[in-house]
Amino acid sequence: MVNHLTSGSHFMRGNEALAEAAIVAGCRFFAAYPITPASEISEHLAKRLPQAGGIMIQMEDEIASLASVIGASWAGAKAMTATSGPGFSLMQENIGYAFMTETPCVIADIQRAGPSTGQATKCGQGDVMQARWGTHGDYASIVLSPNSVQEMFDLTVRAFNLAEEYRTPIILLADEIIAHMSEQMVVPPLEEITIVDRKKPKSTDKAFFDGDGVAPMPSVGEGFNVTVTGSTHDEFGVRFTADPKIHRVLVTRLVEKIRSNVELLADFEAVNVDNCEVGVVSYGCASRAVYEAVEMAQDRGIKVGFIRLKTIWPFPEKAVEEMAQKAKNIIVPEMNLQQVFFEVQRVVKGAARVTPVNKIGGGEMVTPEELFSVIEGSVGER
Amino acid sequence: MSKASLSSYLRDIRFPFCAGCGGTTVATVFLKAVQELGHKDFQGFVFCSGIGCASWIPSPHFKADSIHTTHGRSIPVATGVKLVRPDLKVVVFGGDGDLVGIGLSHLIHAARRNLDITVVMVNNMIYGMTGGQVAATTPMNVKTTTTPYGGFEGSLDTARLVATAGASYAARWTTAHLVQLRESIKKALVTKGFSFVEVVSQCPTAYGRRAGFKNAGEMLLWLKEQSVTFDEAEQLSERELEEKIVVGEFVSRILPTLSERIQTVLRKAKKQ
Ligand SMILES: Cc1ncc(C[n+]2csc(CCOP(=O)(O)OP(=O)(O)O)c2C)c(N)n1
Ligand code: SF4
Repeated sequence: MVNHLTSGSHFMRGNEALAEAAIVAGCRFFAAYPITPASEISEHLAKRLPQAGGIMIQMEDEIASLASVIGASWAGAKAMTATSGPGFSLMQENIGYAFMTETPCVIADIQRAGPSTGQATKCGQGDVMQARWGTHGDYASIVLSPNSVQEMFDLTVRAFNLAEEYRTPIILLADEIIAHMSEQMVVPPLEEITIVDRKKPKSTDKAFFDGDGVAPMPSVGEGFNVTVTGSTHDEFGVRFTADPKIHRVLVTRLVEKIRSNVELLADFEAVNVDNCEVGVVSYGCASRAVYEAVEMAQDRGIKVGFIRLKTIWPFPEKAVEEMAQKAKNIIVPEMNLQQVFFEVQRVVKGAARVTPVNKIGGGEMVTPEELFSVIEGSVGER
Repeated sequence: MSKASLSSYLRDIRFPFCAGCGGTTVATVFLKAVQELGHKDFQGFVFCSGIGCASWIPSPHFKADSIHTTHGRSIPVATGVKLVRPDLKVVVFGGDGDLVGIGLSHLIHAARRNLDITVVMVNNMIYGMTGGQVAATTPMNVKTTTTPYGGFEGSLDTARLVATAGASYAARWTTAHLVQLRESIKKALVTKGFSFVEVVSQCPTAYGRRAGFKNAGEMLLWLKEQSVTFDEAEQLSERELEEKIVVGEFVSRILPTLSERIQTVLRKAKKQ
C-alpha cells in the first residue's frame, strides 16, 4: 500500500503535485465541487486519499465544501478544498468564519480568467486582491503563490504547516498554467520534510481563543466542551454580540498574529536586488517569463534584479522597499489588469517608478520578449 | 421538569429567548429526551447550528462541544465532523430560515446521502431573529414585515421533503405535542442514518403579533387545533389541508448510512 509519493524525482502535473503534497502534509479530509481548472485535484484525491485512510467527498457546492472542511478540521483532521474563481467567490463567507474561529485549513484557488465565468479554461491572475480582501470585515490573510510543479508540492506542504501553526485558513493561490503543466519535481526524503501539527491543549486548559498569538486547539469529542462561533467571542468561545472591548481585542489579535509575523511569513526569491537599476516584481505563472527576460537584459549590460513572491500576502514590504533603494524602475508583470502593481506602488512611495505589464484573455502569458522590451525601454526613461 | 435536573447538560448561561418562545420548549424537551436515553451528560455529542434564534439553543448553552456556523451551513459543517469522527453523535439545531431558506440544498443532500446525524428544526414559520420577515415556511396570506399585504408564495412541507430525499427518519410535531416530540427526538437520536425532527413552534414576538395572536398561549392552542394526524389528513380536501399541520412520522426505516458506505470505499481503496 502506497501512502505517500516516494522520495526522488517525479514527472507530473501541477495539480497532481498539489494533491500528493497534501497527503504528505497529513491531509486526511478533502471536499470540493467540480470546476475547471481545479478538478484534477479532486479526481486525484478521490483515488489517493482513501488509500491513505482519508476521505474525499464531492459536496453540493463550494460553500458546503469549505464548511465541511471546517467541520473536519474541528474533528481533528488536516483538511483542504480546491476550487477556481467562481467557487472561490462562494467560499468567501466561510473563509472569514475560518479566520474568526481560528480553524486551520487550506483553500487552493487555481485561478482562471474572470470575472464571472470568464474564460473557464484559460489562465488568469485576477484573484490576488480577492485572496487578500474577499471576505467582509477586518482580517488578514496568508496567501502563497507557486510558480512551478515543484512549488505546487513545496508550497502545499507549507500551506498545511502554516495553517496548523497559525490556526488560520491558508490560501494557495495557484493558476491554470502551473496547475496544468507537467514538469520534473523532486520529493525529498520524507523524514526531511517538516510537518507541523496544531498545538494541543493540556487536559486542564479551558481557553482556546486567546493568548499573545495562537491558543492550543482541542478537537470536538475530546471532552473539552469547546464552543466555536463566528460571532465575537471571548477566550472561552462565549459569544458577546455588543461588548466593544471583546470585539476589539479579538479582531486585533487575529489580524496581528499575521501582520506581526510578516518577516517569518515572507517567502520570496530575490536575485540581484542590491545591485540593479531595474527591478521586476512577479509571482505565479507571470514570473516564468522573468528569468529569460533578465538574461536578455543582462546580455545587453542592463543591471536587472527581481523579486519573485512565493508569499503574496502578507506583502513583503521590506524587500520591495529595499529594491526601490537601488532600482529606479520597477516592473510588475501580471496576468490581470494591475493588482500587485498597486501594492508595489504603495510600498515604494515614489522612490521608484513602477511600470505595469499586463495581459489578460486567452490564457496568453507575458512573453520574455515583451518583458525585455519594457525593461529596455525603462532604462532610457530614467 | 425542573431546570436543576437538567443542569448537567447546561452551562451557567441563560437562554436569551423571549418570554413564551417555543425555542425554550424545544431545548427543554430535547434535554429530557437525552436524559431519558440514559446520557448523564453530553459526552460523545457534538452540536452544530447556524444563525438565528433556534441556532442559539445549543450554542453556547449546552455543556458540550458546539460549532455555531455561518447562516445555513450547519449541516455541511456537521458532515465534515461526522465523516472524520463517525463515533460521535452529531446533532444539528436550526430555524426554518436557516435550514430550509438559505440552507435547503444542504438539508436535502444530507438526507440523500443518509448522513448519520440528527437535525432538529424549530419551524416558527418566520425569520425570528431578523424581526419577522416572510419565510419559505410561512403559510399563504399571512402578513409579515416583508409581506405587508399578506404572503403570496407557497410554503414548504419540509418533513415530507426530507423523507422523500432518502432520510432514515423524518417526523413533524409541534410545541403543543410535548410527549410525542420527546419520544420522536429519542427515536431520532438512536436512528442509524439521517434523522429529522421538525417542530412547528411559536414565535410570539415576530410572528404571533402580526398574525393576530394575543400571546404565546393562544398560539399554542392554535398549533394544537391545526394539527392533524395522517389518518385525519386523508379525510380532508387539499384546500382544507392548506390550513393544517400534519403531524406524525413521515418515514422510519433502516438504510445504509453514509459512514458505512465510506467504510466500504476505504476497504476497496486499501486493496489497490
Ligand atoms: C448570509 C446571511 N444572510 C443573512 C443573515 C441574517 N440573519 C440572521 S438570523 C436570520 C434568520 C433567522 O431565521 P431562522 O433561521 O428561521 O431562525 P429563527 O430566528 O426564526 O429561530 C438571518 C436571515 C445572516 N446572518 N447571514
Ligand atoms: S424572536 Fe421569536 S423565535 Fe426569537 S426568541 Fe423571540 S420569540 Fe423566540
